[in-house]
Amino acid sequence: MLGIIRQKAFGQSLQRIRPVASSWGGYSSTSKQMMVREALNSALDEEMSADPKVLLMGEEVGEYQGAYKISKGLLEKYGPERVLDTPITEAGFTGIGVGAAFYGLKPIVEFMTFNFSMQAIDHIINSAAKTSYMSAGQISVPIVFRGPNGAAAGVGAQHSQCYASWYASCPGLKVLAPYSSEDARGLLKAAIRDPDPVVFLENELLYGESFPVSAEVLDSSFCLPIGKAKIEREGKDVTITAFSKMVGYALKAAEILAKDGISAEIINLRSIRPLDRPAINASVRKTNRLVTVEEGFPQHGVGAEICASIIEDSFGYLDAPVERITGADVPMPYAANLERMALPQIFMNAARR
Amino acid sequence: MASAFSATKFTQPLPLNTSTSRSHGKQSVFDPLKSSTSFLGSTRKLRFTSFPKLNQPNSHRPSLVVAVSEAVKEKKLKSTSNLLITKEEGLELYEDMVLGRAFEDMCAQMYYRGKMFGFVHLYNGQEAVSTGFIKLLKKEDYVVSTYRDHVHALSKGVPARAVMSELFGKTTGCCRGQGGSMHMFSKEHNLLGGFAFIGEGIPVATGAAFTSKYKREVLKEGDSEDVTLAFFGDGTCNNGQFFECLNLAALWKLPIVFVVENNLWAIGMSHLRATSDPEIWKKGPAFGMPGVHVDGMDVLKVREVAKAAIGRARRGEGPTLVECETYRFRGHSLADPDELRDPAEKAHYAARDPIISLKKYIIEKSLASEAELKVIEKKIDEVVEDAVEFANESPLPPRSQLLENVFADPKGFGIGPDGRYRCEDPKFTEGTAHV
Repeated sequence: MLGIIRQKAFGQSLQRIRPVASSWGGYSSTSKQMMVREALNSALDEEMSADPKVLLMGEEVGEYQGAYKISKGLLEKYGPERVLDTPITEAGFTGIGVGAAFYGLKPIVEFMTFNFSMQAIDHIINSAAKTSYMSAGQISVPIVFRGPNGAAAGVGAQHSQCYASWYASCPGLKVLAPYSSEDARGLLKAAIRDPDPVVFLENELLYGESFPVSAEVLDSSFCLPIGKAKIEREGKDVTITAFSKMVGYALKAAEILAKDGISAEIINLRSIRPLDRPAINASVRKTNRLVTVEEGFPQHGVGAEICASIIEDSFGYLDAPVERITGADVPMPYAANLERMALPQIFMNAARR
Repeated sequence: MASAFSATKFTQPLPLNTSTSRSHGKQSVFDPLKSSTSFLGSTRKLRFTSFPKLNQPNSHRPSLVVAVSEAVKEKKLKSTSNLLITKEEGLELYEDMVLGRAFEDMCAQMYYRGKMFGFVHLYNGQEAVSTGFIKLLKKEDYVVSTYRDHVHALSKGVPARAVMSELFGKTTGCCRGQGGSMHMFSKEHNLLGGFAFIGEGIPVATGAAFTSKYKREVLKEGDSEDVTLAFFGDGTCNNGQFFECLNLAALWKLPIVFVVENNLWAIGMSHLRATSDPEIWKKGPAFGMPGVHVDGMDVLKVREVAKAAIGRARRGEGPTLVECETYRFRGHSLADPDELRDPAEKAHYAARDPIISLKKYIIEKSLASEAELKVIEKKIDEVVEDAVEFANESPLPPRSQLLENVFADPKGFGIGPDGRYRCEDPKFTEGTAHV
């Protein structure tokens, strides 16, 4: 096999790319700006008012207004029967949520971060994901597990892991990773309406970022399809796939590459499972080069899956080996400079190749 | 030991409930409504005072749930002759608590100046628990803590400089900057962390206790057992891991003391809203170990209970569950706006500041003069300032440190013998990584 897959965990920091808050409003200036936090809040609000079977449970979702203020105002509006503050018992309340979903309710289980979902992973995988299969379709589990995923700033190793690849390897789960407010709103609404277990991976650092949203997005029946990626930026020289926060970095990289005459096509995956393979393949067949970017650990990561499946499908179209850019293969260090080094900073070099 | 204390602040004894009906001797359960003080800002009134101490530790019947709740409550001002501490001990306790407080206050300052980042959880107000327990330990004893671990580290003996550098993320920190505020480890001082997930430290602590028992019985090393202290909060007491460990520790009679720092709030979740039976000490007898409730704002009371519990563990009699009723003066972390707690409740506990209480005791019992205490405070200020300076001047971790320490085997990953990163070696992905 061609392709010495090299992991680029860090490179010479020619330039540190950091998405600056609300500097992305460089698109249409006539559309409204919405923060990801508001987008999620409005999605939850609308779905809860549309369907009385939808309920939210998690730590600090009620009186504290949400650990990251995503569920602000929901307790006042829907009352403590539908917005449940739980004790610190992930295994317990996740199991309770799954059980409720078995019997027809539509719970949304919030994890304060997805790191804490590890205490409940038995229920997510064994009880939720596998049940529809094991019961031959008799029991469906319309549950949504959501929460921030991936690294925030300086929170140490136990709060910074990206769980996209873990959950995406499980049949029976749908895994979504929104980037912009539009993604957040559309995908969360789709997830809540979906009759299957959905793992909804948000990102804490994106919560405060604003993105322009069109009127269509603000409509209360707006939903995005699960399993479809979005081409954020068209290009013809190299395809860069990313999800969640890394899309922001990729877009910035594309701007810089454009000045060098390299036109990069950025794909915002949106849905990690099911992966939108047709879209990625179509893009690679057009550009003939692929770079995948993700925040998580390199081995068995999302990038590994994308690279492998693209090679299976579009090998003849590739002009150069596929490359993965991932976080460093270490638990996240605390020291600020080490943390910066552990996350993808620069992938323009890879793209240039 | 019962004779040294006079039980105070009785309320009417109520009929026993079934769980403690096998106890011998009188057992009083306080009627919350009749207690003299009540929690403000919470939905139910909860009694503060605790119970008369009943049976001696060594009269514990081995097979039954004899261990009833026992608690020590002692009104120091009324005790006639016995001083609880000598002058040296008093000054040591005072110094440790002042160090904890000054350090945490400095952490807050440094955080707002941007020197430290991420999640920082401060221990202001709870110093009595840390000092009361940890100062009774030997160096070989283990302490396992949670993310609110700065003061546990300091009490256990980790130098303030090392802790401050760790918080700044410098390479001279106790974990070389790789752990951070929530993950303080020190092999030298037997501080086993520093865990971000609540409840995570409890099985780890139980394992450490298991090791010390194993060393003594199977490997035949040493005479007395090294005791482990597991510190955790009220929110953790609803977590499954806690109950599993209570069961195993009691079953195998492990030398561990489970110390609950019940500060009534888990971020914004009041303990009373989260727990079906808020009296955590009762969970001990359910598993066959004594459950003790103590006023965690009073270091001398905590120390007496700690002596009993640690002594029990050291003699091989098994675990104890100690619930320390305490309070954190600041929010859950420095990012917590702390809006849900009633200011009256905060004021109530601020009036019971453990450092002020100890100072009062020391002066009233003429153990030391105010001037001597001031000397200690000044010394601590200098220690903390020195720690900040040291941390400021320390270097950031070098880039080569990024991939270090992933494995204990230095050849397994990261830096190769030629000093270059293994993953840059073109042969890295060929076959299995053999060294």
